[in-house]
Amino acid sequence: MASIVSSVADGTRWGLRSWGTRVALLSRRPHDLAFRTLVLLSVWIVLLIVLAVAGILIISSWPTIKAFGISFLTNEAFDPIHDSFGVRPALFGTFATSAFALLFAVPLGVGTAVFLTEFCPQSLRGSLDFLVDALAAIPSIVLGLWGFLAFAPWLQNSGERWLQRHFGWLPFFQGTPHGLGLLAAGSILTVMILPILTSISREVLATVPVEQREGLLALGATRWEVIRFVLLPQGGAGIAGAAILALGRALGETIAVTLVIGNQAAPPSASLFNTGYTLSSVIANQFGEATPGLFLSAVLEAGLLLLLITLVTNILARLLLARFGRQETRGGTR
Amino acid sequence: MRRNGPDSFYPRPSVFLLVRRAGNLFAVVVTGLFALLAVSFLVYLILYVAHQGVSFLNLDFFTKTPAPIGGKGGGVVSSLVGSLLVVGLASLIGIPLGLLTGVYLAEFGRGGFAKSVRFLVDTLTGVPSIIFGLFIWIVVVVPAHSFSGVAGALALSIIMIPTVTRTTEEVLRLVPNELRDASTALGASPSRTILRVVLPSARSGIVTGIFLAIARVAGETAPLLMTAFGTPFFNTNLARPIDMLPLRVFTYTLSPYETQIHQAYAGSFVLMLLVILASLAIRWATGGFRRRR
Repeated sequence: MASIVSSVADGTRWGLRSWGTRVALLSRRPHDLAFRTLVLLSVWIVLLIVLAVAGILIISSWPTIKAFGISFLTNEAFDPIHDSFGVRPALFGTFATSAFALLFAVPLGVGTAVFLTEFCPQSLRGSLDFLVDALAAIPSIVLGLWGFLAFAPWLQNSGERWLQRHFGWLPFFQGTPHGLGLLAAGSILTVMILPILTSISREVLATVPVEQREGLLALGATRWEVIRFVLLPQGGAGIAGAAILALGRALGETIAVTLVIGNQAAPPSASLFNTGYTLSSVIANQFGEATPGLFLSAVLEAGLLLLLITLVTNILARLLLARFGRQETRGGTR
Repeated sequence: MRRNGPDSFYPRPSVFLLVRRAGNLFAVVVTGLFALLAVSFLVYLILYVAHQGVSFLNLDFFTKTPAPIGGKGGGVVSSLVGSLLVVGLASLIGIPLGLLTGVYLAEFGRGGFAKSVRFLVDTLTGVPSIIFGLFIWIVVVVPAHSFSGVAGALALSIIMIPTVTRTTEEVLRLVPNELRDASTALGASPSRTILRVVLPSARSGIVTGIFLAIARVAGETAPLLMTAFGTPFFNTNLARPIDMLPLRVFTYTLSPYETQIHQAYAGSFVLMLLVILASLAIRWATGGFRRRR
């Protein structure tokens, strides 16, 4: 009995020190055995699901992996008639829109987080926090609807024309304004990743010890100087982690992007007015037509690639955020 | 404020100090504008969707099935019922799994195995939802030769698991060890302690996690395209394709008919209202509850 008590007293866990005591205890108490079995069973089911997702995707995309190998990444066409498949335009679309979103969401999100933690009057903070959380909770189909029915037509008729008139000399704003395209998709993604960037940056900034802020304030620094010389350098890695986590969200976002990106490959150029497609929009658009064989397998390999890319970004983000005592990625509800 | 008269303790501010203070003011204004931008977009979006859709939120919208293509009127009762059924079934599968896994991580798990479970559950959080749709599509829909509500529920339940697991683990860790010790001292077994002492004392946090998970999947669309699929007909048979609110909004968004587009706005408004109410409920339920940093 002594070992049971000590194992309780020395930590939060019910896991016992040695296998012997564990068995002795469990055989004495059938309820515990049942409960423990139930818990372990659900853990194994969850594990099995995770492994099955990866395993099934690898197995089912094996035909294309074997047929195309690495050229799947560089091949232009997604052409079931000639059995030629590749995702180069999808990769381009995925990374171009996500990079665009990150470019604008990082300053906006970090700026908002700085305002909320440092400058915002206490009375306003609660409601602003709530509104940012609410923005995170907006389902992506709602943003997709707004993007498709309101934002893209506006871009076509005013927004892109205005950009072309004033910044038309830039390579990004060449060609005919379509409304639907990379610019629309990137803008929607900016809105979608803004809340998670804000909330994680806020948590990262909150971990900087108050002594450090007060130390600098006591030396006569302004609030901005505290942010500039203490908070941002200290939280830099965490903010980078937040950005990469947000990047992962942007890379995998499906429905809103599928609605506004146009889903047509355009000749490669730097213009944001072009339509395009992403890995996830390829899946959403093509799975319905996919006939068994190479076509189906190509759609699944697009999924596998998306899974791999988001895994890499998430692991990287978690490594960067680990130092800030943040073990999980629950920034919003999306 | 500081006085800068001849008898003032403070020296007259130098130009350098004034420049620094101006820089501070500039930072306040810029970051404040950023925050204002984010918040005003949300307000604009809610108002815009409400403006376009609210006049279509009548009794018919909630009680009638979709009108024949191009027809006026009709409603989305089939989608509401379908959403309720599928999300309900997903919760029945996903919440117990997530909860028990969370209990494992907080109460039992030690060493490498627990670490890898935590890692894999975290990994699940970052995986795009369409991947789970694709997975269920191959595993369930293709062999069964039919889209089905069950497939939709399975896909959604996988999405729910990590949210429930991680919130449960987090809040169980906040429960003071004294409670466990006291319960053990009274002769309660570990399972009894967990079920009757630890879980009840973390109830509000666990409920928050469950709410978060339900709110998250209630608005999901992408994985449902390839599982529940949607249907214009009223259907409560979960073995058949079933309509859901996000799917109906998606279909109507691409519709050429004015009525259906407005109904898409109305449906979006309902979805937004639901998730915002859920966030409010979570805030209210957690009250003084604080997450450990």
